[in-house]
Amino acid sequence: MTSGHILEARNLVKRFGDFEAVKGIDVAIDRGESFGFLGPNGAGKTSTMRMISAISQPTDGTIEIFGLDPRVDGPEIRRRLGVVPQEDSLELELSVKNNLLMYGRYFDLPRRVIRERTTELLEFTQLSERANDKVDNLSGGMKRRLTIARGLMNRPEILILDEPTTGLDPQARHLLWDRLYRLKREGVTLIITTHYMDEAEQLCDRLVVMDQGKIVAEGAPRALIERFSTREVVELRFATDDHEQYFNQFTKFADRVEVLPDRILLYVNDGDDALRDVHAAGIAPASALVRRSSLEDVFLHLTGRSLTD
Amino acid sequence: MLTRALPLFGSRRSVRVLERNALVYRSQWLMLLSGFFEPLFYLLSLSIGLNKLVGPLHIDGHAFSYATFVAPGMLATSAMNGAMIDSIFNPFFRLKISRTYDALLATPLEVTDIALGEVLWALVRATLYAASFIICMALLGDARSPWVILCWPGAILTSFAFSCFGLAVCTYIRSWQDFDLVALVQMPLFLFSGTFFPITLYPRWLGAIISFSPLYQSAALLRGFSLGQFDWIMIMRASYLLVIALVGLYVASRRFQKILTP
Repeated sequence: MTSGHILEARNLVKRFGDFEAVKGIDVAIDRGESFGFLGPNGAGKTSTMRMISAISQPTDGTIEIFGLDPRVDGPEIRRRLGVVPQEDSLELELSVKNNLLMYGRYFDLPRRVIRERTTELLEFTQLSERANDKVDNLSGGMKRRLTIARGLMNRPEILILDEPTTGLDPQARHLLWDRLYRLKREGVTLIITTHYMDEAEQLCDRLVVMDQGKIVAEGAPRALIERFSTREVVELRFATDDHEQYFNQFTKFADRVEVLPDRILLYVNDGDDALRDVHAAGIAPASALVRRSSLEDVFLHLTGRSLTD
Repeated sequence: MLTRALPLFGSRRSVRVLERNALVYRSQWLMLLSGFFEPLFYLLSLSIGLNKLVGPLHIDGHAFSYATFVAPGMLATSAMNGAMIDSIFNPFFRLKISRTYDALLATPLEVTDIALGEVLWALVRATLYAASFIICMALLGDARSPWVILCWPGAILTSFAFSCFGLAVCTYIRSWQDFDLVALVQMPLFLFSGTFFPITLYPRWLGAIISFSPLYQSAALLRGFSLGQFDWIMIMRASYLLVIALVGLYVASRRFQKILTP
């Protein structure tokens, strides 16, 4: 049984005791695609990642990676996968170079090949100068880059990244994004989880939005925004602890109104127009901001909660 | 229910775990060296010190020095201690603190390879330590027979049993406090397993209980080799150790799987 997809999962379920982390999801990813799993913490992203990395077994459902079944061909599948887990789990006692050496050995690569690739990968991740340093002494961003270099040691066909930029400063994030673009251009299939909507919009050709173990929407980032949100959003803040009381006041100004603890969101086609109407009606918010709709709004619309809850 | 088709006791990939440990410990060679000296110090203190105080022993109609009696017991004990450290303390750290194994599972290695690899690592060290111990035994004149050479595989078998058992124990350890419990079991095992004196000195019923101690079985086996006294029961003793090893490794593998890939 082979599908045209590089990875296909059907009715994937993961249970831990009574807790159902993943509640029957279907995903099909094509070769060369950059695919995202977007959702808040606890949405089931990491459990899904571990299953499609052929590390943990699904409680129910089937997965096919490279047309192979992870239950039977786990080692063969993992030989062709690169995994960048949420926790770096590097060998802190070893040097940068030896981390890569050992990881390459797990893939049965000859030492000569490992040496060549180590030079390339350290250059690629801008770690060449730190080759002989103990990993313990690296900064968070450097460790993350080393984890990515490690995940590329076996020249994977699919690179799976779980929250690749969480906890990084903006500069480190952009460097990482740049490296991921390059890999994508080289034809590597990328699978990324994130709870940063800008990251998903930047990196993913296509994504699924996950919430509480289920997929609630699927599509290209722009298409999702067009489908589930308006073109623009007006964010209003009032000097109050309770924004809820303003809800009824705004329904006439917008297609949809969302009330968050700290602000009110008006979903409109033209933000400046709407804001003018609000002011004209004699309402004076403490602050107002007009912006384009993002995946955050899609998520809010689909689940009623924000991504960073 | 879907279950993963794992090789029962790991595959040749487990050698990579061995390689990993060798690479990590290369920078900690002092710790490796201490493994040579600890049993040697025991041996020296017992043969030089206690040997003078305790006169010749007469057991089963044979007379020999106390050092000759106690040396195989010390060899068995040092095999046990080494195996327990390698299979309880270090893997616990990698399993639950540093999460080293998580990274390995994203590679072609399987959980069972990790368990087997840790046991192999313990065995490599045990092989070296046992060799140095037996050479010292021979040099100090504590071996009565050239068959003492069989103490080498005997000690390795002992390490195999204890490292597999220890690895299984390691998976049940919740925090560093639990290591006190391990010590609580290990200490009486060390003192009462016929390592310092024959168990025939115990009341019959107590001796019967102690014969279940793997350390006693090991000490008795090694003593047989070093004295060159062979007996059919030694096959039973070796089998007992082997069974403990295989059951321990099986339990350890399953438990590793449960913890690492729930």
